[in-house]
Amino acid sequence: MGFPILTLITFVPLLGSILCLLPWARWRGWDKDQEEDFIRRLAIAVSLIPLLLAIILWFAYDKTAGGYQFEEVASWIPALGASYHLGVDGLSIPLIFLTALLTTLGLYYSARVIKRRVREFFMLFLMLETGMIGVFVSLDLVLFYVFWEIGLVPMYLLIGIWGQEKDRPQYSAIKFFLYTLAGSVAMLLAILGVYYNTGTFDIVKAAELRPFSDNLTLASLAFWGFFLAFAIKMPAWPFHTWLPDAHTAAPTAGSVILAGVLLKLGAYGLIRINLPLFPEASKTWAPLMVALGVISIVYGAFVCMAQTDLKRLIAYSSVSHMGYVMLGVGAAAFAIGMTRPGILDSAAMALNGAALQMFNHGIITGGLFFLVGVIYERAHTRELNLFGGLSAKVPYFYGMMMVTGMASLGLPGLAGFWSEFFVFRGAFDIVRVWAAIGIIGVVVTAAYILWRIVQSVFLGQYDPEKIPHWTDLIDGSETHEPTDMLGFEKVTMWPLVFFMLLFGIYPTPILAFFNRVTTTLMNAL
Amino acid sequence: MSTAETLLYLLPELLLLLTAALVFALDLVWRHDPERQRQWVPGVAIGGLAVALIVTLALMAGHPNVRVAWLMAVDPLALFFKVIAIIGVAMVLASALDYIPGRTPYVGEFYALLIAAGLAISITVSASDLILLYLGLEFLSITSYVLTGYLKRDRRSIEAALKYFLYGAAASAVMLYGMSLLYGATGTTDLEAIARVLSGDVSGEMTLLGFPAVALLLVGFSFKASLVPFHQWAPDAYEGAPTPVTAFLSTASKATGFAVMARVLLVGLPMFQEREWVPILAALSMVTMTFGNLVAIQQSNIKRLLAYSSIAQAGYILIGLVALSQNPTFNGLNGLLIYLFAYLFTNIGAFVVVIAVESATGAVDLPGYAGLVRRSPLLAGMLLIFLLSLTGIPPTGGFLGKLFVFGAAIQAKFLSLAIVGIVNSAIAAFYYLNVVRYMFFMPAPEGQEAKPIALAPGVQTTLWVCLAMTFLIGIYAQPFITWATRSASFLVSAL
Repeated sequence: MGFPILTLITFVPLLGSILCLLPWARWRGWDKDQEEDFIRRLAIAVSLIPLLLAIILWFAYDKTAGGYQFEEVASWIPALGASYHLGVDGLSIPLIFLTALLTTLGLYYSARVIKRRVREFFMLFLMLETGMIGVFVSLDLVLFYVFWEIGLVPMYLLIGIWGQEKDRPQYSAIKFFLYTLAGSVAMLLAILGVYYNTGTFDIVKAAELRPFSDNLTLASLAFWGFFLAFAIKMPAWPFHTWLPDAHTAAPTAGSVILAGVLLKLGAYGLIRINLPLFPEASKTWAPLMVALGVISIVYGAFVCMAQTDLKRLIAYSSVSHMGYVMLGVGAAAFAIGMTRPGILDSAAMALNGAALQMFNHGIITGGLFFLVGVIYERAHTRELNLFGGLSAKVPYFYGMMMVTGMASLGLPGLAGFWSEFFVFRGAFDIVRVWAAIGIIGVVVTAAYILWRIVQSVFLGQYDPEKIPHWTDLIDGSETHEPTDMLGFEKVTMWPLVFFMLLFGIYPTPILAFFNRVTTTLMNAL
Repeated sequence: MSTAETLLYLLPELLLLLTAALVFALDLVWRHDPERQRQWVPGVAIGGLAVALIVTLALMAGHPNVRVAWLMAVDPLALFFKVIAIIGVAMVLASALDYIPGRTPYVGEFYALLIAAGLAISITVSASDLILLYLGLEFLSITSYVLTGYLKRDRRSIEAALKYFLYGAAASAVMLYGMSLLYGATGTTDLEAIARVLSGDVSGEMTLLGFPAVALLLVGFSFKASLVPFHQWAPDAYEGAPTPVTAFLSTASKATGFAVMARVLLVGLPMFQEREWVPILAALSMVTMTFGNLVAIQQSNIKRLLAYSSIAQAGYILIGLVALSQNPTFNGLNGLLIYLFAYLFTNIGAFVVVIAVESATGAVDLPGYAGLVRRSPLLAGMLLIFLLSLTGIPPTGGFLGKLFVFGAAIQAKFLSLAIVGIVNSAIAAFYYLNVVRYMFFMPAPEGQEAKPIALAPGVQTTLWVCLAMTFLIGIYAQPFITWATRSASFLVSAL
């Protein structure tokens, strides 16, 4: 075993969160402000390490060889057959990069915005990163489950402590926790079921052994144990109701991580566990997955149209956009066992689209939530009806919102286009009618982005009566007109915009990662 | 077996007896020297327990499986529970060092009684004969009644003790009736002999005896383990008893119930497994989990909340005894042991936080925990970890326990039990997190914002031990699993 890069990338944030807990003020003779300032810097500095390692991972991964690389295997609990097995492939590397990037940006943004209980915030945020990256690198089901649950607690506290009082943070936090936990205990039973049948907790070995391949009923039960956990996390309709509450209540950086990464854990689980371990059950339940995906797309989009709160609107847009992922995975599952020529390409394409959509949704919706934070810090409201005519007042913000919004609705030339294109291109060949219904969602998405967001916030006549008091973020003073984005907000947004443009124009580098995994997976099934 | 050998195997009990007697005596001798009394009596108590623990661990290293003094079995299972008893008593005693002296003048007797209760557990878990088993359980019960009612000026403490006593007396009478049925039918009180007679029964008449005997015995054991519907004493006793005693009742004393259940059913009554006790225990387990959790949701007193939580936990633990199988990893009984061991540290830890908060503020209701994280981040953080462990969130010991009992349920094809169990663990998260909500989300009451909570050294040490063990069992699980499996498998493989 060489350099343990995956262990480092996973546990450096945890180490950082422990460092945040130490009594620096007492040791160094600082007062509270100095200590909090130090903790902010410390957390950001620590988060740069996994980001750097994620970039190294991106370039060091041998794409031509494919498969799992940088594997680390150590005995962990031999009495249980659970091992410390880490490894990454083309599916996980972009998601690890996404996690590290959004964490660093979230910490950087929060350093200016979070003023209450600073130490706890930065500590929990780093702990959350360990949980998320851990899920992406685990190749052992017990380890996977451990990391899956570790992320739960910090997010629960982030929502509950730093949520705005009017958004019912306590209610939203417990709802988030209970929904996710209900799914994960079902997954725990499924994990134990896999062990019962195959005698191993190793994901790679279990995928070779195909648990319950001789018994479709039991395979379906195990499939559903996992599927429930992942569908709640994604979230697919009808398990999505925790999401608007949690997103609305969470602090800006919390929403970014929630939408950007936590939802991906569910989608990642579907591709990493459900498809390879239970191909027959996946095939059996594929129509349902496709249906849930399409319903999420269309339903989520229509619900967006009805929102008056900007953050809630974007939260529902996540339901719709994660529906594309579900549709892509469902279509790929549908294609299992079909022998028509070209069907494998379509299935791989749908799966590519799903994987790409995971990454794109992370940067796009992450960006959207940052932008909501930008306007909320100034206006202290997110009511769409109170805004209007802001394009002339805050042109920079307008520009950022336009790019991100257009990427979200899938404008060609921006990242969102490719993932939608691939999902539908693949799905049309496999489940034509459902894909056609799903297209409605794309149209409605354009409508809510253009009409609800762009038109009602930026266009029209600016009315100073509607929001008489704005906060100037430079010194916290009150003004009568909104002020444009500040340096730190621009710095937070630009990396995201950069990737929207880059992968919009030239998606090959990231597609190469996914394509290898999806073709191998589809061929194996 | 020579006398010396016999005494060697009885060394843990002898040491506990000696320690209890010494504490009684020294407390009396130094009654005119309160300074020395205060300093040295607890030291002798903790020291004696430490020696007893070391001796027990040393005995365990030899993996003995012998009968001593006709009535006692010194085997890995008994030694496992002795370790639980001694560690439990030591931690409870350490956390009581500052709690008890402020509330009653009779301090030394309290420690001595606690150690005597530990002795009672050691005897009970070793008993291989119904007579000694009954005597041991009564010994434990009587010391527990006294400990529960120890604060005799506190009316709730007295009420708790009386309720506990009345329920306990009734439960033991019923259990004794069950024992007399077995004795009448088989003509012996020795568990192994009972098993021999029952298995040699060709006429099949004795199977008629199975259900009533098992049911009556289980009344007594369920009372100790606080399984629904024999739990009614628990919330009142837990609420009224001095908090360290509550910590003892909910862990070490509860574990004893499971220990005797395992021994009597597996050694004495294995032929009644299929048709009698597995269905009864499965039903008890489901009812206990569900009822405990649903009632816990409505509690606003933290001691009552933890009481109902510990009832629900007993339901999960019981899965281990229902879902027995020959699987080398999840044989059921090892899950029960791992769960109990992790639960020992988790639950005592939670109660020690309650002790600390109660000592500092007098609050035992949930609103009293509002804003605890501002006043004592350490206590709030620790209680958070203990509650997460009770919920079964990794990487804590509570998770490992749940993994093993649910794993056993799947291996034994008891899917219904596993599903009821996981639904319950999701429900339980609600009330555990409700405490977290108060501690972390609510502002502290007016004027108490910045009032930090001082921790007594005994409390602090116990807390750190509990925290370290909760994480250690969850992360570095290997030695604990090996130990529990070795302690359990000799009984399970004999089935």
